[in-house]
Amino acid sequence: MFDASANLKKRLKSERRFQIFCITAISFALIFVLILFLNIFSSGYSAFYKTTIAIDVDYSQVIEDTTQFAAMSDDEINKLDLFRFSKKSIYSLFPDIEDRKEKKLLIRIFSIEYEDEIKQFLIKNKENIKKIETVYLTASDDVDQVRKGNYPRDLPEERRRIKDIQLEYYDILENNGRVKYVFNIPFLTRGDSREPELAGVGGSIVGSFLTIITVLILSFPIGILAAVYLQEFAKSNRFTDFIEININNLAAVPSIVFGLLGLGIILNVFGLPRSTPLVGGIVLSLMTLPTIIIATRASLRAVPPSIREGALAVGATKMQAVMHHVVPLAMPGALTGTIIGLAQALGETAPLLLIGMVAFVVDVPSSPLDASASLPVQVYLWAESAERGYVEKTSATIMLLLGFLILLNLAAVLIRRKFETKW
Amino acid sequence: MNKIKISAKNIDVFYGDKQALFDVSMDMYEKEVTALIGPSGCGKSTFLRCINRMNDVIDICSVKGNVSIDGHDIYDKSIRVESLRESVGMVFQKPNPFPKSIYENIAYGPRIHGIANSKTDLDEIVETSLQKAALFDEVKDRLHQPGTGLSGGQQQRLCIARAISVNPEIILMDEPCSALDPIATAKIEDLMSELKKEFTIIIVTHSMQQAARVSKNTGFFHLGKLIEVDSTDTIFSNPGNQKTQDYITGRFG
Repeated sequence: MFDASANLKKRLKSERRFQIFCITAISFALIFVLILFLNIFSSGYSAFYKTTIAIDVDYSQVIEDTTQFAAMSDDEINKLDLFRFSKKSIYSLFPDIEDRKEKKLLIRIFSIEYEDEIKQFLIKNKENIKKIETVYLTASDDVDQVRKGNYPRDLPEERRRIKDIQLEYYDILENNGRVKYVFNIPFLTRGDSREPELAGVGGSIVGSFLTIITVLILSFPIGILAAVYLQEFAKSNRFTDFIEININNLAAVPSIVFGLLGLGIILNVFGLPRSTPLVGGIVLSLMTLPTIIIATRASLRAVPPSIREGALAVGATKMQAVMHHVVPLAMPGALTGTIIGLAQALGETAPLLLIGMVAFVVDVPSSPLDASASLPVQVYLWAESAERGYVEKTSATIMLLLGFLILLNLAAVLIRRKFETKW
Repeated sequence: MNKIKISAKNIDVFYGDKQALFDVSMDMYEKEVTALIGPSGCGKSTFLRCINRMNDVIDICSVKGNVSIDGHDIYDKSIRVESLRESVGMVFQKPNPFPKSIYENIAYGPRIHGIANSKTDLDEIVETSLQKAALFDEVKDRLHQPGTGLSGGQQQRLCIARAISVNPEIILMDEPCSALDPIATAKIEDLMSELKKEFTIIIVTHSMQQAARVSKNTGFFHLGKLIEVDSTDTIFSNPGNQKTQDYITGRFG
């Protein structure tokens, strides 16, 4: 009696087919995301480590009595000329080398800032410096890549940047236990550099942070006020319709156009300093505003009219009804919209290229008026560089960028969960 | 018969081009319950909302005619709609407590009008309002819990308490029991007979039995026109108009 008829069988079959299509679609999406993450992670994680090589530094050759270093200021130590001394310290690894060319090749195993690293060690430990100290110096990018296994040793010598003799030195040092693989803290704290092993994302993290803060300060209040006015107070007429259509259009404008606007108006007319997070923030605010306004209006619209009526009926003014009751209920939605807008701004590259945030900036910015890079622009810059060291740093920067984006989106979800009101 | 509290004369209401009320004139008396009945869409709620000018909220709505309370024209330019609503409270069809605590729901009105001078004053207003709404005993231990957590009937009495909190003279009720079960409805009706000693009550209702039970006068609306207004007894036993007769005997609506 309750047997499936031919028609029902057909319907059930089509339902199964539909589900299979859906699951396939989801699987594809997941696989792509997984491949993307694996690819970036596998090529990027090694950037968080660096190779260092220990040398013995005889500080007593600078000043006989090393206790005297304690009395010197950091500035005085920085002014010491330790260049020849540093070179000699490195040569002491292989005292047998006489040939000048070979000595030069030995020096090139290390990153060019070896003198500074030897000084910094001195400054950090000046209180109780021993006569002979073991100092770990950053290895050059080539050696670093050899250590990380990214450098095929079996290539013919003339096609390698690293020479056979340097490989020989490295292997001896490794066998003597002088090579140490450590967490690359400078990568997270320093600015960009022409030397891949010294380049860091610290400058662009701070730059991105300052930019996002500027965006937040500008676009959150303006966006919320605009949305509240348009949704709650403005009479609906041609003019407000016109504004509404244009806000929606603004959300669809290609971001590079905002960059042109920033270049043409903010830099050239108002003369604000180029390449700065302030200008970047202003330009990205223009992009973020429509997102915030649209999200806030949607959540204002979702507040039931009965709440407004309840407040008005006890004699609240319109502003009181809106500010005391409607806006607080719409806040979670508005905040979610804001965070999503900020996440968009964080990942935006094109407009920043036009306002000069693509400049090569070595210093970590300390205010929104300092020239600076930002994370996505740093990716763009490093992706163009040929050195193997930049390849892993590009991926590592993408990892950081994705990490920040995931954090922001997580915050949006948590805020929505926490403040979701039921009425 | 008590004195006239509210007097509406020649009220026309338009929603855009559509006319919703046609030349309605009606008097309502002090400290009595007046019921407005009629089929859906007949304009009785629209008329009710003219009395505290809640129609002002709707952009496309315009009101012509004259409504006076104690002889004062409430559509006069010198009248502030906020102070009008302080003396004309309203309770809606669906209970709409603010998503805040029970205490805050009632304290809100007195606070914005500056009625309470101190925390103790406010506490007292909250307590008496809840008592007048016959809700205090049920919620006195959980004043600081959300008002939205109460049952439907309790929420509606909370809304009545909220309306009372600012010392109105008139309370408008727009189908206050349509979302409630019979027991909660009975409680609200009992409450009304208590409240009418102190307030003038105008109630819009779908239920003719409710109108018969609670009101002294009844107005019957049909298609935007006030067909007949008379004492409730007369309307239900000996209506003067054929349409009223048809409606109360259930031939339409």
